[in-house]
Amino acid sequence: MNREEAFELYRQMALIRRFEERCAQLYVEGKIGGFLHLYIGQEAVAVGAIGLLRPDDYFITSYRDHGYALARGTDPRPLMAELCGKLGGISRGKGGSMHFYDVPRGNFGGDGIVGGHLPIAAGMGYGIRLRGTDQVVLCFFGDGAINEGAFHEALNVSALWGLPVVYIIENNRYGMGTSLDRASSVKDLYQRGSAYGITRRDVNGMDLVEVRNVVGEAIDRARQDKRPTLLEIETYRYRGHSMSDPGKYRTKDEVEQMMKHDPIFQFGKRLIEQERFTQADLDALDKEILLQVDEAVQFSEQSPWPGVATLYEDVYVRSPYINMKAAERDPAWQATMREDRVPEEFPAPAKVGS
Amino acid sequence: MAILTMREALNQAMAEEMARDPNVFILGEEVGAYQGAYKVTQGLLQKFGEWRVRDTPIAEEAIAGIAVGAAFTGLRPIAEMMTFNFSILALDMIVNHAAKYRYMSGGQVRCPMVMRGPSGAAAQVAAQHSQAFESWFAHVPGLVVVMPSSPRDAKGLLKSAIRDDNPVIFMENEVLYNQKGEVPDEEYHIPLGLSEVKREGSDCTIVAWSRSVLFATEAAKLLAAEGIEVEIVDPRTLRPLDDEPIFDSVRKTNRCVVVEEGWRVAGFGAEIADRVQRECFDSLDAPVVRVTAADVPMPYSRVLEKAYLPQPDKVAAAVKQVLYR
Repeated sequence: MNREEAFELYRQMALIRRFEERCAQLYVEGKIGGFLHLYIGQEAVAVGAIGLLRPDDYFITSYRDHGYALARGTDPRPLMAELCGKLGGISRGKGGSMHFYDVPRGNFGGDGIVGGHLPIAAGMGYGIRLRGTDQVVLCFFGDGAINEGAFHEALNVSALWGLPVVYIIENNRYGMGTSLDRASSVKDLYQRGSAYGITRRDVNGMDLVEVRNVVGEAIDRARQDKRPTLLEIETYRYRGHSMSDPGKYRTKDEVEQMMKHDPIFQFGKRLIEQERFTQADLDALDKEILLQVDEAVQFSEQSPWPGVATLYEDVYVRSPYINMKAAERDPAWQATMREDRVPEEFPAPAKVGS
Repeated sequence: MAILTMREALNQAMAEEMARDPNVFILGEEVGAYQGAYKVTQGLLQKFGEWRVRDTPIAEEAIAGIAVGAAFTGLRPIAEMMTFNFSILALDMIVNHAAKYRYMSGGQVRCPMVMRGPSGAAAQVAAQHSQAFESWFAHVPGLVVVMPSSPRDAKGLLKSAIRDDNPVIFMENEVLYNQKGEVPDEEYHIPLGLSEVKREGSDCTIVAWSRSVLFATEAAKLLAAEGIEVEIVDPRTLRPLDDEPIFDSVRKTNRCVVVEEGWRVAGFGAEIADRVQRECFDSLDAPVVRVTAADVPMPYSRVLEKAYLPQPDKVAAAVKQVLYR
């Protein structure tokens, strides 16, 4: 990892942290509604893994999804606008926190159903095999998902047919308020892969470099050998499951202990120890990031609310194989278009401060 | 025109579309080496190879999920459910994923897949293997729901379903697989969302789809013997529903009976009855009457099975009821 790369990865982790701290504030202010699941503490996983992808690779994630989009380079402004339900949001205000999509960047979104996106990841891998390209799929999910049937169905066929998918369990120790001890018969979750003959590894998710090394091997295996991998990346979320969770199922002491291994702090410390950067460099970066987050909030505040007519848009695709004369008696069909939308083309407010 | 069974017509539709577009592939239980549990996919593995005709384990959620994921990347999967009874195990993939990703992503994603297979009752296979779930799927915005009743419709509609860019639930019927009918020799397709009048008549409109068209047709023969001429309208697609031909017919006959194989409560026939009373209120000379399955699980015994299903005599009785005869 060269100096620029290292700095960029540090920047991404710091951006996710600052972005989400701001989200928590906006949630308290009532500007963000619904469920808000924060990724704080887990940043090294998304940043370490996604930084290894090629532009044409795919990924699909659970609903704790802010970090992945930011790690992939999606502009924080439409993400913040999405959180606030604005038309300039990455999903036009229809998805919210759990559904950040950026298809041109291969991001097939945050899925709100625990484990629901695992068979879909397998399907994307199947598509790659059928076409004969050498793309890969990363599939991120929490430790709660491994007890869903979908996990087992997806892993079985991925191994059976040789699908180029890296399945990443982000083990943050709690499925909502239920600890792993109370939910999984096997405590080393990566062992679940042995049932399917899938190469598996246990990874320290608080260490960005380790995440990169291990995910990199798994991506190679997918790209070159057409083999899936199951990785258990051990991480920790500092905040509750969602904003409404006071976290009474774990001790303050446990959280404080884990925060001592903070991935951003550790990686920053390493950069300074290796004399690649100074504390002053990192502080200056932090200021820049805070400004960037401010700008995202400003963008979001100035972005228009979606017009009520958009309620019916984006349900169906306009199709020459549908009798549109009849279908259009339903407003959802009336509002169809032939093309897909591209996030960059979503309406943006007038440029801020210029 | 060739005379084909519905099974052969469906097979032709898939073979032709697979030859036409390399993005089309089939997956499901026993679709390949076994040649299809109901032989609908017969011969396709030999023609197109294992990556395009994929035998899967018995894992409906994976079958549907793989179709959804592959469709997101631009392929056109046909996921066969051995029967739609088992689609309940895949319902999350269809309802929460196939039907919703376009909306949740603000229009970034499309899901051009087909889920197809037999639906409804076969013969004496009891409660878990005899269900008609079209009302469940038709309830979900984002899905297209198709139910053909003839070989010609089956082929033409399946070709449209495969080429369409929306997720299509294509529900066949085991009892209809051996039904024969004329199928054009030339290339054709039938647009989704287009109703057809299957029989003309002036005394009463019967709305029926899939196997219920057979019940209605048999009933029409019984009634004709008594001088009653019914008109049968087959919507063929439940969502989007081409309801105008139904209204036109009711405005002509002033009476309406809706026949469906599913349960009565919240069944799709209630949606049709609702639309008819709203749009044709002034034309109706009697309340809309529905003929449905009994609101119980399907029993095994032949005698009880007959009592459970809509039958020609029940349809004929309903027609007489709305005619006050």
